[in-house]
Amino acid sequence: MEIKRRDFLKILGLGLVGSITSANFLFRREVKAQSYIAPPEALKAKRWGMVIDIKKCVNAQPDCKLKCVEVCHKLHNVPSIPDKKKEIKWIWEDEYEHVFPEQPNEFVAKIYAHKPFILLCNQCANPPCVRVCPTQATFKREDGIVMMDYHRCIGCRFCMAACPFGARSFNWVDPRPYLAKVNPEYPTRTKGVVEKCTFCYERLAVGKIPACVESCPDKALIFGDLEDEHSEISKILKERFSIRRKAELGTDPSVFYLI
Amino acid sequence: MIEKALRGSAKYWLWVCFLLSWVLIGFICYLYQLKVGLGITGMSRDVSWGFYIANFTFLVGVAASAVMVVLPYYWHNYKEFGKITILGEFLAVASVAMCVLFILVDLGQPMRVFNVLRYPTLNSIMFYDVVVLNGYLLLNLLCGWTVLHAEYKGTKYPSWLKPFIYLAIVWAPSIHIVTAFLYQGLPGRHFWLTAIMAPRFLASAFSSGPALIIILALLLKKVANFDAGKKAIETLSKIVTYAFIVNVLFFLFEVFTAFYSGIPGHKAPIQYLFAGLHGHAEWVPTMWLSYILAAIAIILLVVPSTRKNETTLAIACIAVFLSCWIDKGIGLITGGYTPTPFETITPYRPTLPEIGITLGVWAVGFLILTILYKIALGVKESHELVVKMKEEV
Repeated sequence: MEIKRRDFLKILGLGLVGSITSANFLFRREVKAQSYIAPPEALKAKRWGMVIDIKKCVNAQPDCKLKCVEVCHKLHNVPSIPDKKKEIKWIWEDEYEHVFPEQPNEFVAKIYAHKPFILLCNQCANPPCVRVCPTQATFKREDGIVMMDYHRCIGCRFCMAACPFGARSFNWVDPRPYLAKVNPEYPTRTKGVVEKCTFCYERLAVGKIPACVESCPDKALIFGDLEDEHSEISKILKERFSIRRKAELGTDPSVFYLI
Repeated sequence: MIEKALRGSAKYWLWVCFLLSWVLIGFICYLYQLKVGLGITGMSRDVSWGFYIANFTFLVGVAASAVMVVLPYYWHNYKEFGKITILGEFLAVASVAMCVLFILVDLGQPMRVFNVLRYPTLNSIMFYDVVVLNGYLLLNLLCGWTVLHAEYKGTKYPSWLKPFIYLAIVWAPSIHIVTAFLYQGLPGRHFWLTAIMAPRFLASAFSSGPALIIILALLLKKVANFDAGKKAIETLSKIVTYAFIVNVLFFLFEVFTAFYSGIPGHKAPIQYLFAGLHGHAEWVPTMWLSYILAAIAIILLVVPSTRKNETTLAIACIAVFLSCWIDKGIGLITGGYTPTPFETITPYRPTLPEIGITLGVWAVGFLILTILYKIALGVKESHELVVKMKEEV
C-alpha cells in the first residue's frame, strides 16, 4: 500500500503528540508528598469546635469593642476594604435576625432582638464547600478544620455559592494595599482567590488556641475537642442549651451558640 | 474547505470587521480585568456570580440547537432537516465555545484553570460540566466537519462517523442536566434547590436553541440566498412552540409550590424578582419584560397563521430567545443569590467593563459561527452547482 504524504504527516504528528503526552504521564518529575508530622507541642483533636456564649458576648461588647475581630484580622492580614461589596471578613458581627433567619419570631426575647452576634466559618463536619470545589483547594482536615489552599484555588467561587452561611470571602482586587501593617508570620493573599477562617490551624500547630478565643476578655468563646468527653466544650454543651446556624441543612456545623 | 471563508463579498468582510472590533473592545476590557481583578465587575461578596455565569448558563441551552435537528434527521430519517443539520451543529460549536470563554473570564485565577484536570475531583459537579461541555464541543465539531467534508468531496460521510453521531445525540441532554446540577444541589439557596431545575433547563434549551436556528435560517435566506426549506422551518417552529410552553409551565409550577406552601424562603427570590423585596426592585421591569415577551411568543406560536408567516414567526422566535435569556440568565443567577444567606439584599448590576467583556465573548461566538456558516454554505453552493452541471451535461 502506498502512503500518501498527507497521511504520513498525519501519522507522524499523531505519534509525536502521543509520545510526548505518554512520556509526560510516565515520568512526572514529582516528589511523593509526605504526610505532615505535627510537632510535639501541637494541639490535637478529633474534631475541633467552638462555643459562643451569647449572653456573655452580647453583654461584654460595649467594653471589649469586638477585640476578637480586630486581633484575628490583624494576625491573618485580612484587609479592611471600605467598599462593603468587596469586603473580606473571617470573623464579624451581625444582628440575631440575620444570623438565625430560619428562626423568625416577632416576639423574640429582648436580650437578643437586633443584638450583635459573632459569626465565623462553621467548620462543618459535612461541608458543601468542600463537596463542590473542583480542585480540592478547599478540603477537610482530619481534625475537622475546613482548610484553604490559596495556591491551588482557581477563583471559580463555586464554594461561595455552596456555603449557606456566607462565611467565604473572595479577593475581588489585590488585598495588599488595604493592609495597614503586614504580619510577616502569616501569608498575605493575591487577588482572585477565596479565603475564610481556618480555626487558626497555624497557632494550633505550635500549641496555641485560636486568636479570637485567646483575646476574648470575658471568656465568651470556648474552644476544644467535640469528640473528647472530658473537654470543657463537651461538658458545657451537655449542661446548657445551644443552637447552631441552619442545622436543618445537614452540614453539621462545629460552632455552637449558647442561649 | 477553509478557503471558502477567505473569499466573500464586501458585506461579509464588513460584518467580520464589525465582530472583530467588538472582540477587540472585549479583549481590552479583559486585560483591565486581568490587571485589577474581578473587582471591576458588579459582583460582590453576596452576589458572587453574575453576568458571565448567567450568559454561560443560557448558552449551554442554545447549544441544544444541534440535537433538535440532528435527532429527527439521523434517528427518524426526517429528510427535511437535511439542509439545516449543519446549521444546528455549528451553532452548537459556537455556543459551547462561548460557554468555555465565559467560564474562563469568570475565574479569579484563569492561569490556574488546568488545576481542574490536574486534580480531577469526582465529587465536584464542575468537573463533570467541564467533561460534558468539551465533549459536546468536540463531538459536534467532528460530526459537522466530517459530514461537510464528505459533501465537499462529493461522497457520503464515512461509516465510522455513525457511532459518533448517535453519541452526540445521547450526549446532548447531559450538558443541560449537569449544568442544572451545578445549581440544584446546593443547600441554602432556595431558588435553586428544586428538582425541576434540570427539566426546566432542558425545556428552555429546546426552545431557545431551535428559535435561534429559525432566526438564523430566515436571515441566511435574505443575506446568503440559502433556503432551509419551508417544511423544515415549520417543523422546527412546532418544536419551539411545545418546548417553550413547557418551559413557562415549569416556572408556574415553581410559583405555585412557593406561594401555596407559603414558605418564606421559597417565596422571597420570586418576590424580589417580580415585585421587589425590602425596598429593592432592581430587576422587576426586566423580569416582567421577560414574561410579556413569553406571552407574545406563545400567542404568535400557537396561532397557526402567525406561526406559518415568516415575519411573525421571526418576531416570535426573537421573543422566545430574549425571554429565555432574561429568565435563565439574569433571573436565575440574581434570584439564587437574593436574598443572601443573612436574609438581606445586596443588589447586583453589571458594570460597563463587565458588559464589554460579555459582548466581546458574544462577538467571538458570532465570529466562529460566521466563519463556519460561510464554509458550510460555500460547500453546499458549489455542490449544487456541480449537480446542476452534471444534469445539463
